[in-house]
Amino acid sequence: MSRRTLRKAKNAVFLSLSLIATMTGLACLAAILWTLLSRGVAGMSLRLFTEMTPPPGGQGGLLNALYGSAVMTLLGILIGAPIGVLAGTHLSEYGRGSRLSTLIRFINDVLLSAPSIIIGLFVYEIVVIRMGHFSAIAGALSLAILAIPVTLRTTEDMLNLVPTSMKDSSAALGAYPWRTTLSVLYPAARSGIVTGLLLAVARISGETAPLLFTALNNQFWSTQLNAPMANLPVVIFQFALSPYKDWQNLAWAGALIITVAILLLSISARVLLAVLQADRGA
Amino acid sequence: MAIIDPRHAAKQLIYERVFRAATLCAAILVLLILGGVAISLLRGAWPALQHFGFAFVEREIWNPVTDEYGALAPIYGTVLTSVIAMLLAVPAGFGIALFLTELCPPLLKRPIGVAVELLAAVPSIIFGIWGLFVLAPVLQRYVQPWLIAHLGGLPVAGALFKGPPYGIGLLTAGVVLAIMVLPFIAATMRDVFDTVPQMLKESGYGLGATTWEVMWNVVVPHSRVGIVGGIMLGLGRALGETMAVTFVIGNAHRITASLLAPGTTISSTIANEFTEAVGDLYTSSLIALGLLLFLITFSVIAAAQAMLRRLERRAGVAV
Repeated sequence: MSRRTLRKAKNAVFLSLSLIATMTGLACLAAILWTLLSRGVAGMSLRLFTEMTPPPGGQGGLLNALYGSAVMTLLGILIGAPIGVLAGTHLSEYGRGSRLSTLIRFINDVLLSAPSIIIGLFVYEIVVIRMGHFSAIAGALSLAILAIPVTLRTTEDMLNLVPTSMKDSSAALGAYPWRTTLSVLYPAARSGIVTGLLLAVARISGETAPLLFTALNNQFWSTQLNAPMANLPVVIFQFALSPYKDWQNLAWAGALIITVAILLLSISARVLLAVLQADRGA
Repeated sequence: MAIIDPRHAAKQLIYERVFRAATLCAAILVLLILGGVAISLLRGAWPALQHFGFAFVEREIWNPVTDEYGALAPIYGTVLTSVIAMLLAVPAGFGIALFLTELCPPLLKRPIGVAVELLAAVPSIIFGIWGLFVLAPVLQRYVQPWLIAHLGGLPVAGALFKGPPYGIGLLTAGVVLAIMVLPFIAATMRDVFDTVPQMLKESGYGLGATTWEVMWNVVVPHSRVGIVGGIMLGLGRALGETMAVTFVIGNAHRITASLLAPGTTISSTIANEFTEAVGDLYTSSLIALGLLLFLITFSVIAAAQAMLRRLERRAGVAV
């Protein structure tokens, strides 16, 4: 065999391996979605949205868990997003190039991939122990801490994309930076920042580990923020590992709901970003 | 005649200061969170660290009845599952990145890229429940018996594949972790490969190199730092991942040579036992595990970020 054929053969082998790797990755996504659909659809019924989580062996729904997840995710975003957006604004507008900003950017990127269970332990130490009991507000706080790095990163990136000429025009009209930021930069970067918020919601709404020791769970309907609150991820965790068939079915239904919601959020974030880029190109 | 109303200007200046201070506070809060995490973990772990001393990380025992705790088994499980995950996910992630940058028809590039990123968006608890109910039975029925029959008899490596096929265990946890971190590794590598100047690649092709040769001899050496950074970012995620592992690890506090045996990891021990822990020493030992996990993942992620940053700066200079 000539050297040329050998090289070509080697090329073909590695390129096929790369194709196989891609197919495997896509197959994993398909397999997970297929399992969720086939097992979750069976558990779908109106009862999911009208009844509370049942005791073992009983019938019921996920209403309290859905409500709790919605409340804590919303609270988490309401607390975390303003902090993330403001901090991102600081890095992009005021602190560009300063040592402090470089440090904050670095720490933020570390927090972005830090294990969420650590954040759960942290909130347990500073909130749950002080209050003496688990609570929805502690759960929301741990989710807020997880939302900050995502919003900070996207806000900074999106503000950096706004053309300097727009900022200069505003400054030339005599506007202070705060005015420029609120009236020019934020509107210009709006869809980018919203993308960041959507990604943050997607990230925190599926988090389980930090809620285990903060919000815990609650089998009953509760709207009190200073009491334990049911939430979808922890219910899925408990029910899936239980020996009861009814509970497992509910877990699969919950898993399907949560995954569909998160994938829809991620896809809309991407679509929004694509529209933004198309606008900029035109 | 004053063009600017002085009162208006003074008010503007106050608003400016307030806004600036607010953004600065928010930015500093990020530092405080990390500092707070470190301090509160250290404080919570102190009783256990004081009681057991350095032996905490050396001992395998984990006995709530006699109140004796050692972190060796969880550390072993954490490291071993992450190593398995990286052995599987790094070559696969490299393959996907290679496919996306060099082979993929432009029409498919975006959909496949998005699909890989969606895999990254799936919450970890979904990987856990899928791993337990779908992947573990498949591994138990088909893969593990094969491993036992064919590799179990090898002189040294055979010890890794001994024992009954439980389905759940270290190997299964490693495979689930591999699927979880695959999209992160693939996406980072793709982004890193995209920073390689087109001119360099075309010079390679111009000399008659094949696609693989350009990849291996031009793209990889050029983006080495970024590749390692991406791998370490994936490693950081694998080490700290909780829910996906907790479902399939088996929760056995012991160290066994076999990959097929149940084990435990730092994060799954905390997730399983924390709310049920009675006694201060028990709780404190679990928080000490959290502190260990924090230290390990923090150093890995920080190193990864430092590498990726170096690459970014270099790319900035090259342009």
